[in-house]
Amino acid sequence: MNKDTTLKEKKAGVSRRKALKAFGLGATVAAGAAVASATPGKPSKVDISFDDQMGNYFQDHYKKMTKEEIKEALARLERRYKATYDVDIKVDNMPAQPGVLFGYALNISKCKGYRECVKACTETNNQSRDPEIQFIRVLEMDKGSMNMEEANHYFSDDETVPKPDKWYLPIQCHQCENPPCVKACPVEATWKEPDGITVIDYNWCIGCRMCMNACPYWARRFNWKAPSLPKEDINPVTHYLANRPREKGVVEKCFFCLQKTRKGEMPACQEACPTGARVFGNLLDPNSEIRYVLEHKNIFRLKEDLQTEPKFWYYSD
Amino acid sequence: MGIIHFFTACFKELLKGGAAYWIWVTSLMLLVIQGVVTYAGQLQEGLIKTGMSDQVSWGIYVANFTFLVGMAAAAVMLVIPAYIFHNKDAKRVVILAEGLAVAASLMCMLFVTVDMGRPDRLWHLMPIVGHINFPYSLLTWDVLVLNGYLILNLLIPMYLLYNKYMGKEGNYKLVLTGAVLSMFWAISIHTVTAFLFSSNTARPFWSSALHAPKFLASAFAAGPAFIILSFKVIDMSGAFKIGKKTINLLAIIVTVALQINLLMTGAEFFAEFYSEGAHSASARYLFFGLNGADKLVPWIYSAIAMSLIALVLLMIRQTREHPITLSIACVLVVIGVWIEKGMGFVIPGFIPTPIGEIFEYTPNMHEVQVSLGIWGIGLLVFTALVKAAIPIQNGVLTHSK
Repeated sequence: MNKDTTLKEKKAGVSRRKALKAFGLGATVAAGAAVASATPGKPSKVDISFDDQMGNYFQDHYKKMTKEEIKEALARLERRYKATYDVDIKVDNMPAQPGVLFGYALNISKCKGYRECVKACTETNNQSRDPEIQFIRVLEMDKGSMNMEEANHYFSDDETVPKPDKWYLPIQCHQCENPPCVKACPVEATWKEPDGITVIDYNWCIGCRMCMNACPYWARRFNWKAPSLPKEDINPVTHYLANRPREKGVVEKCFFCLQKTRKGEMPACQEACPTGARVFGNLLDPNSEIRYVLEHKNIFRLKEDLQTEPKFWYYSD
Repeated sequence: MGIIHFFTACFKELLKGGAAYWIWVTSLMLLVIQGVVTYAGQLQEGLIKTGMSDQVSWGIYVANFTFLVGMAAAAVMLVIPAYIFHNKDAKRVVILAEGLAVAASLMCMLFVTVDMGRPDRLWHLMPIVGHINFPYSLLTWDVLVLNGYLILNLLIPMYLLYNKYMGKEGNYKLVLTGAVLSMFWAISIHTVTAFLFSSNTARPFWSSALHAPKFLASAFAAGPAFIILSFKVIDMSGAFKIGKKTINLLAIIVTVALQINLLMTGAEFFAEFYSEGAHSASARYLFFGLNGADKLVPWIYSAIAMSLIALVLLMIRQTREHPITLSIACVLVVIGVWIEKGMGFVIPGFIPTPIGEIFEYTPNMHEVQVSLGIWGIGLLVFTALVKAAIPIQNGVLTHSK
């Protein structure tokens, strides 16, 4: 039963992509200029000044820019988003706070596979809706087994969860202390911030996907086409290194909602979890809930043997 | 002034040729044009036009790249006998092999470029103006060594040909230094390419120390096999007589390299399947299929079959020395190794994903068209280099004051 739904889902996804491609191909053959205006989900004409286009093209690596240059870059982005989406988007660049190292723990005995975290993540973080980019993948596995190759990645939203003989394992970026993705990037477009979150400069990424190969948790996603993000779905509160709208041909992934968490809020997935399976906090604060979990529960990490030192733990009651 | 004369003379040479030459050049140009038009669509829409996905994030572009790095490196198999051992037969034809290295390196760079999501940001990869993650990222190594190799293989033959054209004696020591450098460089380009894959600990199929030597072995089989085939064409065109001895030397290199490559394939097969564990999932997918997904199985068995048939043809002296059976063997080696390194190596590394999803990949028409366009560019460049080099080499084309 399960496998059938999975297959159907997969097929539906594939045919949608095929249809999109066929459309794209036809349009290109017909007239190159018409393509931009015919792309669905995008306004017909985006008016960006020549100065801004040049400024965008020659923009330096985020960490090499001066404060002044960053300020200009943020303003440029805000103007571009206004022109593209007709929404006033605020792009922040709040730095990591001293004395903070973020960590996550997830209670697998509480996770019931509702996937509210997956939805909340997308709603908060301005991912492309079509094709839909999701940062969290929830695996459904037989009780008593942890063979990921046997896991169901595509259990349908229409099915009632939890199923009696199944358990659920959500996987997202594990924010490794020793991140292999950072090492693999040829242009240092991805790096680990002082608060332990690995971020991406979407304006510097060249789209080679080396980092996607390096990641042991399959946490990274690629914008195979220009993201389509309907105006009404946009979250206007953004951060340069996090949830600002992305562009075509770059890699993205979970950033522990740093636009929220650096201000002391919880990440969207933690807030959305209906069973309270998710515990997020500052690993350097001895009184934090996450420290309590790490010190008092049976904890484990995925693929610890690869020595990437993830800051994402699983535990059970 | 001599250098300008040299280049104009070379260029004029390209405009001379019979009907066969022009048919060949025109068809390559058509191939290039359709490739460029197809790629323009990709620039506009993004990599969505390919068959790649988040699950299988590299496809036939990188597969071609991997294969062609080997073709480029294979020039060393004539550089060593020519410059180090002063083998006369090798010396006569080494320039053609270097031409192949130039064309192959160029194609490698083009394949990496079309695989990039943001080719407009290529300058980020340049030293000084960009911001490269050297020495940590293996891709930066690959960019550096490929560029270096391309320059070396352009400069050495150009220096030799220019001197020959001007009727001067070149500085032999300079050439020898260049040749030795290019030898080590050839080994390094393919080693670095293997490391690009084996550095990924999360992908056990790639993460094996065997791949660097295996890459070299298969390159030294497919590269010289391709050189033999192109020599046969040059020979038939009557432009340049290539001695039997040279072909024989190359055929033996192909034979030995192919034997070593098959031995390593066997060793790999044993390690993956004697005590099969989680590390073998990709190999199981490749050779037998996994949970009903088995799109790569026919590819890999045709590759192995081609290699085995070629090996038999090459190991029997009569068939190795017979022009027709040798050509068949060479075609089989080139295609077999192309499959083995591309569809048989790059793709299975992605299946299953590190978190167990089995999502298959097949190259689509778009990718095939862009790839053919790049092959067209490579073959055009190779043709042009050979076309200009042969008359100079033969002493027909010289500087007349």
